[in-house]
Amino acid sequence: MSTEARAEHFVAADWDGGAFPYHVGHRKLGMWLFIISDSLTFSALLIGYGYLRASNNWPTPFPFYPSIVFSSVMTFCLLSSSLTMVFGVSASSKGDKAAARKWILATIFFGLAFIVLHLIEWNHLIGEGLRPFYLPEHWAKTFTLADGTPPSPLFGATFFAITGLHMFHVATGAVYLSVVATRVKKLKHEDIEISGLYWHFVDLVWMFVFPLIYIMSVDVGGHLAR
Amino acid sequence: MSAHAEEHFAGSNKLFVSIWVWLLFLTLIEIGLAYKPMAIHIMLTILLGLSIIKAALIVAYFMHLKFERLSLVLTIVPVLVICIVLLFVFFPDSFRSSKLRYKFQESPPVAPTAEEP
Repeated sequence: MSTEARAEHFVAADWDGGAFPYHVGHRKLGMWLFIISDSLTFSALLIGYGYLRASNNWPTPFPFYPSIVFSSVMTFCLLSSSLTMVFGVSASSKGDKAAARKWILATIFFGLAFIVLHLIEWNHLIGEGLRPFYLPEHWAKTFTLADGTPPSPLFGATFFAITGLHMFHVATGAVYLSVVATRVKKLKHEDIEISGLYWHFVDLVWMFVFPLIYIMSVDVGGHLAR
Repeated sequence: MSAHAEEHFAGSNKLFVSIWVWLLFLTLIEIGLAYKPMAIHIMLTILLGLSIIKAALIVAYFMHLKFERLSLVLTIVPVLVICIVLLFVFFPDSFRSSKLRYKFQESPPVAPTAEEP
């Protein structure tokens, strides 16, 4: 019997300590702690973005197509990838490792679809002339206020930094899940569950990035419509 | 229990599909909100509210926290909420700093004669 299994036989109320106080293995607790610290990284970035936005004339340049259509489909991809991941973990809990592998591969597929769509969307904006510290000329002209205050050129910096860091997390997750899918038969159930925790966290971050970056910056009046 | 071949993982696939449908539904509401004319602070409040609901659904069901021991929940959730709230301590400064900014358009970097029409 493993240490963890023996520890489970301890009858211990919450906070009683003992050998196994959280009822999770040390790897899973470690992933939870990593998720806490990564949440703080994204929170700091998003609050920094809010700070800049509140203290500047901020452009709202996203058209319905391509930006909002692409980002909505990307949201659908991530949410669906979370569903396939949870199916994978569920299959693994029943001991069906082959099904778990299939579901994890489906998760990787949705994750890669997200990255491809996001890169196409980035390419649109870069093609328009958006750079980390410069706005496209026609954006700068359109969003200058009546008193002559120009729009903040930091729009690109916040956009590329936040969505870029998120995309990096998705890419890392895809690599992580590929390793898990390859070794799925050798891994314990809890290890598969831990990879699921990471993947759902990436989905969770997008639930904040999507409304704050995309929905809040929609060009409602069609100011940029040519 | 770990000693068994099968591990306990609460929640049926039907439950997970219904959570997924809810998440998609809330996302559609968010996209709809983008095209509803309203004050930016009201829109921000509604969007953040919806995002927090979506995050809670993901954490509780997909990340399985609802089915974990209470001591784990109490260890990881309050500390995160408190730290994020503390980050907002910088926020009021942003409203002040916009007033302090050097208005470069009032002293354009061109020769004074160029301004005479």
